Amino acid sequence: MKRVLSSLLAVGTVAALSVGFSATTLADDEPLKVGFVYVGPISDHGWSYAHDQARLAMEAEFGDMVETTYLESVPEGADTVRALERMARSGHDIIFATSFGYMESVGEVAERFPDVVFEHATGYQSAGNFANYNGHFYEGRYVLGKIAGLETETNTIGYIASYAIPEVVSGINAFMLGAQSVNPDVEVKIIWVNTWYDPPREAEAANALIDQGADILVQHTDSTAQLQASQERGVRGFGNDSDMGAFAPEAQLTAIVNNWAPYYIDRVQAVMDGTWETGSYMGNMEDGMVQMAPFANMADETKAVAEETMAGIISGDIHPFTGPIFNQAGEEVVAAGEVAPLDMILSMNFYIQGIDDAYPN
Amino acid sequence: MLVEGILVTIVGAATPIALAAIGELVVERSGVLNLGVEGMMIMGAVVAFGVALGTGNPYLGIVAGALAGVAMSLLFGLFTVYLATNQVATGLALTLFGLGLAGLIGESFVGTPGVKLQPIPIPLLADLPIIGPALFARDVIVYASFAVVAGVSYALFKTRAGLVLRATGENAEAAHALGRDVRMIRMAAVAFGGACAGIGGAYLSLVLSTQWTEGMTAGRGWIALAIVVFATWLPWRALAGAYLFGGVIILQLHAQALGVRVPPQAMTMLPYIATIVALILLSRNQTTMRKHTPAALGRAFVPDR
Repeated sequence: MKRVLSSLLAVGTVAALSVGFSATTLADDEPLKVGFVYVGPISDHGWSYAHDQARLAMEAEFGDMVETTYLESVPEGADTVRALERMARSGHDIIFATSFGYMESVGEVAERFPDVVFEHATGYQSAGNFANYNGHFYEGRYVLGKIAGLETETNTIGYIASYAIPEVVSGINAFMLGAQSVNPDVEVKIIWVNTWYDPPREAEAANALIDQGADILVQHTDSTAQLQASQERGVRGFGNDSDMGAFAPEAQLTAIVNNWAPYYIDRVQAVMDGTWETGSYMGNMEDGMVQMAPFANMADETKAVAEETMAGIISGDIHPFTGPIFNQAGEEVVAAGEVAPLDMILSMNFYIQGIDDAYPN
Repeated sequence: MLVEGILVTIVGAATPIALAAIGELVVERSGVLNLGVEGMMIMGAVVAFGVALGTGNPYLGIVAGALAGVAMSLLFGLFTVYLATNQVATGLALTLFGLGLAGLIGESFVGTPGVKLQPIPIPLLADLPIIGPALFARDVIVYASFAVVAGVSYALFKTRAGLVLRATGENAEAAHALGRDVRMIRMAAVAFGGACAGIGGAYLSLVLSTQWTEGMTAGRGWIALAIVVFATWLPWRALAGAYLFGGVIILQLHAQALGVRVPPQAMTMLPYIATIVALILLSRNQTTMRKHTPAALGRAFVPDR
């Protein structure tokens, strides 16, 4: 954890010192070559799918001016270096690497190809030709919490989580803060499935949670299996990464939709203009990186609260991690009226009060 | 009610593994080691999904899934049985090939909800408390999985055909000398294994989660392979192994939801460890182990010309 924090500081320093890196200027008639490296298959209908949708949107925006390629299901590790190198050598001008575990490899390859621009999703390192980007997806989870808190009848929410990393933990906390703000009696049952993507396993977890009385399910995994199980069992749930309504028209309340397209368009444009600079970008609800699928299958009052919350987050009036926030031991971690600092959110490793469960170590 | 719910999901988790394991058991009893179970399963999953989606009939999907498994296994059989290639390498290649080909075939199914295979409750039995919903209010694949295990157990040890099959797995040369067509027998066993793995895969995409997603078998074929060995090639033990594995998977999920907190990684390992430990205990008797291991397992047979 220390490493994460110090690296966050380092990122700030690097960003401050960096002297406007400009990409190679191109001949006017030659299309800009843009490469994408995905950790999963683009058909996961979740994380990698969302990135690929953004690639297509970017391609549609620029038409003949760009040429895009992608490599899917690239494992994190030695293969990443090879994949990135191959792209860099084959004349790509900008390469997006879209998984946290690619970070070290991107740093290594970026050093060897100073004329190529690298963009890394969800990491915290950067260099002169190596930027990172991510989104405040917990903002969406706070909205989900409000909806779940209002809509649950059993006061029991089922939460299917992947790995105990800060991104997932801050999501659980933001969700509970939202739920508690509208329903003080709400409880959450959490199952860690230890995978991002295993549809049958996710369905089994959903069934277990429903059997134990959950009537609203949330997931921080990538497949649509939870929603399908929910629809079949007559309960409701939320989609993740993309609009999964087609899989469960009667069960999906809404979904957090990752919209990377504006960022990709921006960054590619910057390379074309020669104005690209390194940095750490955090998208959010306001700039449209964090979006919500249409609100459905809920009471009109709930919908109104959800829309109000979204508007508040966008205008800056609402921040999910506004104090007082207490941890499970009852200690105040964020004082009343204060907002949790960004590095606390990005390295979150505790549960808030009201989560009746031991924190996984 | 919670117990009923748990049992229902355990049967769901165990069925695809049980089917793939019993199929592989027959293959190995004939002396052939097919490490391509995962590849055959995933092909079964994608083809069953596609056919069910296209025709609207999940039963045609099951048949197509079985046929896809058979097609894959015949390819494997052609190489290993007739061309006498290395079984381990060919099996691994079959898995890689299957995973890739299934992804290619399934590209257009992505993002499309599938057709669910509906349960057919058995009158009266389905109303039994506790075990009724889990065992007697299921779909045909669950019923078939029990029937196949019973049938294989009977056929292997009580029929002449089973004796011949085991003979080819013990000593192919001797079976050949007795006038048995070793290669035909092995091909038939391999095809049976393919059909079972294909139906196991179909269960994933038609029942457990009615969608197609790449890599959705997620290692279940490998579990089936391990179960065959640890079950000392005995059908009922393989079924028990699959249920033990499925049972621990589901119970660890329920334990987590109840707030029992052990590291999630350990929880995820638990089904594997529990199954292996239990089956090691079962198979620790060296005499039974030796008695049941097909002696010619993994060895290619080339008849004299």
